Amino acid sequence: MQHLVVAPIVVPMIAGAAMILAGDRRRRLTAAIGLLSTLTLVVLATILIGIADGPAVHVYRLGNWPSLFGIVLVLDRLSAVMLALAALLGFAAFLFSMGRWERAGVHFHPLFQFQLMGLNGAFLTGDLFNLFVFFEVMLAASYGMALHGSGVARVRAGMHYIVVNLVASLLFLVGVSVVYGVAGTLNMAELAHRMRGVTPHDRGLLETGLAVLGIAFLVKAAMWPLGFWLPPTYAAATTPAAAILSILSKVGIYAVLRVWLLLFGAAAGPSAGFGEAWLLIGGLLTIAFGSIAVLATQNLPRLAGASVMISSGTLLAAIGAGQAAVTGGALLYLVSSVLSIGAFFLLIELVERGREVGADVLAVSREAFGAGEEEEEIDEQEVVGVAIPGTVAILGFAFMACAVLLAGLPPLSGFLAKFAILSTLLASGGTGVPATSWVLMAALILSGFATVVAMLRTGIDVFWASPATRAPRIGLIEILPVAMLLLLCVALTVGAGPAMAYLQSAAERLHIPADYLQGVVSTPAGGPGR
Amino acid sequence: MELVVSLAIGVLAGSGVWLLLRPRTFQLIVGLALLSYAVNLFIFSTGGLRSGAAAILSPGETGTLGAYADPLPQALVLTAIVIGFATTALLLVVLLAARGLTGTDHVDGRERER
Repeated sequence: MQHLVVAPIVVPMIAGAAMILAGDRRRRLTAAIGLLSTLTLVVLATILIGIADGPAVHVYRLGNWPSLFGIVLVLDRLSAVMLALAALLGFAAFLFSMGRWERAGVHFHPLFQFQLMGLNGAFLTGDLFNLFVFFEVMLAASYGMALHGSGVARVRAGMHYIVVNLVASLLFLVGVSVVYGVAGTLNMAELAHRMRGVTPHDRGLLETGLAVLGIAFLVKAAMWPLGFWLPPTYAAATTPAAAILSILSKVGIYAVLRVWLLLFGAAAGPSAGFGEAWLLIGGLLTIAFGSIAVLATQNLPRLAGASVMISSGTLLAAIGAGQAAVTGGALLYLVSSVLSIGAFFLLIELVERGREVGADVLAVSREAFGAGEEEEEIDEQEVVGVAIPGTVAILGFAFMACAVLLAGLPPLSGFLAKFAILSTLLASGGTGVPATSWVLMAALILSGFATVVAMLRTGIDVFWASPATRAPRIGLIEILPVAMLLLLCVALTVGAGPAMAYLQSAAERLHIPADYLQGVVSTPAGGPGR
Repeated sequence: MELVVSLAIGVLAGSGVWLLLRPRTFQLIVGLALLSYAVNLFIFSTGGLRSGAAAILSPGETGTLGAYADPLPQALVLTAIVIGFATTALLLVVLLAARGLTGTDHVDGRERER
């Protein structure tokens, strides 16, 4: 039972290794292993969410060393939720890839498993250097995933992605070693204990190290101006790869949530709130950039990339607001946006399949130059007779659901999440709402508006106005994951009460991490883990 | 010794950053390699620089950091070297693929228009 905590790392590792041993040629076998592994991960994540819902955090000591000497894995509510998100998105992307994408290049399935392993490890670890190692596992697999299928556009965008992330990894190492040099530990909980005792002489150096570390996280989270790599890479990647890559930016957000709130939370003494303004302002600028990008873009994959940036910006700004209740709303937003962006990335390819190459650019230029007006004068009889094929209707419905979720309109979970953030910002304290909260509220609403406009324009263009639309050929296994992710969002809307309570208590424990600190540092050696 | 090591790190990092900002992929990869050497040396130096000190304690002795080298940065740097080596090798493959597919070694995959 206790070993369940390490299982989300071990299962995909064994599955990936087995796939490599089986060889890429035996497609049925590798696909069966992949299905088994992703399903197991979903089940494991569900169990772990239940286990984490208690007063104490669950600490797993690797090799059973006491937590100051060895590496620990820590399971609390936030990590359990992130594990579940990764597992669900992984399952959906895996199903989708079975349609045809797995055959676009070699070794898709092992890379996919290692990607999941790196993600799960990053969510579970309680040690800064181990976080670096899992980041690298995750990134190395993601380089392969981003390049899956090859082609000029992918290699070009993939190279930028790899170089940016290699530089970010070097910054991560610099940050980690400065922290070790000053504090003498890399265990996050122990580091939080030692933060209070650092002499004023060394404090500047330690904060510099953590700031460098923060830059590495924010590159992953694609904060403006560190996130220019994101839209081209995601747009160029194959569909299932893009869907699983879309949670990678949330790993950066997770690292900020975990490390920043642990080390610079209210209990951190003189360093409390270090860099808060940077998160808030950076988040706001990212929202602004994402909103402009959403409006400016002419093709669907880039639109999805820009929505990833908006969601990153919203989360960073909400974390920077520095209140536990706002963070709770932000976590609901995180869950909702990961599921809906994943569904959107999968949907895009199905929609694009029915369109001619370059139809989107053509449509925009037709709009701009007013060309083709004469063609509109079709005989009325014919216009009445135009029917939308069934497949297109299903796709259109899914597209609408994605638009509603991404823009945060009622009735789906995107609205509930934004409402949770907005209402707590308004309700904060009796002394009046600070100016930054007003700016954040305006940014949230305006970014939602920009998304609505962009999605409406694209939706009309794709489903109603485009003369090139044919009913695309879509397999059941391809529409199923999209439907699954969207239904999960509906379930999140219906079960918003319990979900919000869970996430709220996760947020409170992030802001006052007494349980975490106690749980990790004072865990005695020995016991049943041996 | 501190001065020599810091100068070495500084020169490596400076050359690495300069090369990283150049437009050719070969300069890019050499720049990344130099930068990772600088970072590895930096990690190594965070344990304190001393020569002739063992990293492993002898039995029956209480170690102090004054007499022993800190083994943890050495373990960290070993991991960092391995990971850096693997990712640089991967990047090299991507660079070759980009050269083959785009026909140029410019980082953007196309020459700047003059």
